[in-house]
Amino acid sequence: MAKAILYDSTICIGCRQCEEACAAGKNLVYDEKIAAEERLSERKLTTIRTYGERFSRKLCMHCQEPSCVSVCPVAALEKTKLGPVVYHEDRCMGCRYCMVACPFQVPVYEWNSRIPRMRKCDLCADKLVQGAVTRCSEICPVTATITGDRSEMIAEARRRLVEKPAEYYPEIYGVNEAGGTSVFILSAVPFNQIGYNTQIPKSSMPQFTWAVLQHIPQVVVVGTVLMGGIYWITSRREDVAREEGRQ
Amino acid sequence: MSGRSHFNFWRLMGAALMLVAVAATVLRFGGSLGASTNLSDQFPWGIWIGFDVLCGVGLAAGGFTLAATVHIFHLKRFEPIVRPAILTAFLGYGLVCLALLFDLGRPWNVWHPLVMWNPHSVMFEVGWCVTLYTTVLALEFLPLVLERFRLERARLMLRRIMIPIVILGVILSTLHQSSLGTLFLIMPQKMNALWYTPMLPILFYVSAIATGLAMTIFESWHSARAFARQLEFPLVQKLSRVLAVMIAVYLAMRFMDMSARRAWTMMDQPGTERWLFGVEIVLMAVPMLLLFREQTRKSPQAIYLCAVMYLLGFVTNRLNVGITSLERSSGVQYIPKWSEVAITLGLVAAGFAIFRVAAHHLPVFEEEVPPLPPAAWEAEASDAYSIQSGQ
Repeated sequence: MAKAILYDSTICIGCRQCEEACAAGKNLVYDEKIAAEERLSERKLTTIRTYGERFSRKLCMHCQEPSCVSVCPVAALEKTKLGPVVYHEDRCMGCRYCMVACPFQVPVYEWNSRIPRMRKCDLCADKLVQGAVTRCSEICPVTATITGDRSEMIAEARRRLVEKPAEYYPEIYGVNEAGGTSVFILSAVPFNQIGYNTQIPKSSMPQFTWAVLQHIPQVVVVGTVLMGGIYWITSRREDVAREEGRQ
Repeated sequence: MSGRSHFNFWRLMGAALMLVAVAATVLRFGGSLGASTNLSDQFPWGIWIGFDVLCGVGLAAGGFTLAATVHIFHLKRFEPIVRPAILTAFLGYGLVCLALLFDLGRPWNVWHPLVMWNPHSVMFEVGWCVTLYTTVLALEFLPLVLERFRLERARLMLRRIMIPIVILGVILSTLHQSSLGTLFLIMPQKMNALWYTPMLPILFYVSAIATGLAMTIFESWHSARAFARQLEFPLVQKLSRVLAVMIAVYLAMRFMDMSARRAWTMMDQPGTERWLFGVEIVLMAVPMLLLFREQTRKSPQAIYLCAVMYLLGFVTNRLNVGITSLERSSGVQYIPKWSEVAITLGLVAAGFAIFRVAAHHLPVFEEEVPPLPPAAWEAEASDAYSIQSGQ
C-alpha cells in the first residue's frame, strides 16, 4: 500500500519540531540559525515558512510520476512502491537536471562539497518499510502532519473539508498537481498565499518529454532509409554520368 | 608587417585566456562547484550548460551538415570544405565533453549513463548520442591522420565503411541536436513563454543546421586569412544562400508558433526578457535579409559578417533558452562568476589553437582531387557530374 503525508496548515503551530526531527534523522546539524532559514537547502530538507499568522511546510512532494525520476540519465532517482522517491547516491553523476526539472523546486545540492550529493526528503523510506510513520509525523505535537495510506490521507483531507468548510480553502494541494503527489496540503487561504506554487500543470510532467522521445525509433528508421535511398540515387546518377562520359 | 602583429595579438590573447582558465580549473577541482560558480539551489544550470554545451554542440553542427551534403547528396563541389567542418565538429564535441566534466558534480561518474540506463530521460539520450557521435567524428577525422602517415591500407578500409558511418552521424546529430531542445520541455511552468514551446526540438534542429552552415563560412574565412590561401569563395557564396533560406525557415516556424501560442503578448511584459528576445531575433533576421541581396553575396567580407551576426543570434537564443527564460520563475538573478566565464573563454581559445595546429600538420585543406579552375565551380549540377568523371 502506498503511503502519503497529510499536512494541515490550519492546525500547524510552527514549532519546527518536524524540522528538528528530520535533521536528526539525516544526521544534519540543527540550530537556531538554521531554524531561521525558511528555505530548503543542504542543511534543511524540510522547512516551516511563516506567512504572518500562518505557517506552511515545504518538503518533497513525492509525485506519483516524478519529473526527477523521469529526467535522471542514470536512474539515480527511484519512485518506490511505498511512495517515497529515493536517491541512489552512488549512481549520481551530478548533472542537476532533477533540480532544474522539479516543478516544486525541491532538490537541493551540496554546492561546497567535493563529492556533492543532491539532497531532498525521502519520506523516511527507512521508517516506512518498517511499517512506521515518518519522523515529522511522529514528532508533530498537534498532528498537523500525519502519515498513512495514500487513499486514506485523501479521504481524511476530504472529510475535513466537508466537516469544517468555513475553516478551509476548498481544495487539496497535491491531488492534481503534477498529476498527483504523495503529500497533501490543506490551507485556510488560497495556496499561493502561503508559498505553494499554483501554476504547476495538473497533469503528469514526464509526458511533455515522452511525447517527443517516443518518436526516436521512427526518426532513426525513416532517417536511415531516407538517407540510404538518397545516397543510392545520387551515387547511381554519378555512375551513369561517368559511364556516359567515357563513351 | 601589420598582418603579422595582428595575428600575434590574438595568439597572445588566447594564451592569456587559457592561463586564466587554468586558475579557474584549480578553483573548480581543487574546491567545489560552490567555490567556482554562482550557481544555487534556485539556479542549478549556468553558462557551462547554456553556452558550453547548448552552443558548443550547435556550433559543431557543420560536421554533419557538410558530411551529408557531400557524401549523401553527392554535392561534390563542397568537398574542399568538408574536412575543416569535420575538424571543427570533432574539436567542438571534444570541448563540449571537456566542459561537461567541469559542470558535473561528480565528473568521475560521467560514464554512468552508458551502463545505468533510463530511456525515459532526454539527458540519457543526449549522453548516448554525443558519445556515439564523437566516435563517429573520430572515424570521419581519422582519414586525415592516416593520410598524413601514409597508412594506405587502413585508409581504404575505412573508406569502404564511410557511408554507413556518415549516415549514422547524421541520424545521431538529428537526435541530439533536437533533444537539447527537448531537455526543456518538462518545465512549461518555469520557462518564459517567449521560449517555451513544444516545438523546441524542431526549432533547435533547424537552427543547428543553419549554424553548421554559418560556422563553415566562418572557418573558411578565418583559415583563408590564417593560411594565406584562396578562399573557396564560390562555395561560400552558395552556402550563404542556403544559410539565408535556413534562417528564413527557422524564423517563419518561430513566428508561426508564437502566433499560434499567442506568445507575442509576452512582449508587453516589462523586464529584460523582451529585450533579449529582440536582440536574438534581430541578430538572425538582419543577416538573413542582407544575404538575400545579391550585392551582399558579392563581398566575402559582407558574407563573413552576416555569418558572424547570425552566430551571435544563435548564441543569444541558446543562452536565452538555457538561462534568461528560467530566471524569473527561479526568483534569483544569475550572473556567472569570473571562473565560469574564464573556463568558457579558455575552452573557446583552446578550440582555435588546436584547430590551428591540426590544420598545420594534417591535410585539412588539401583536397584529394586537384583544384579545378574557378569557372568550373560555377558549373551547373549536370556539368558537375562530367567533371567528376574526369578524375
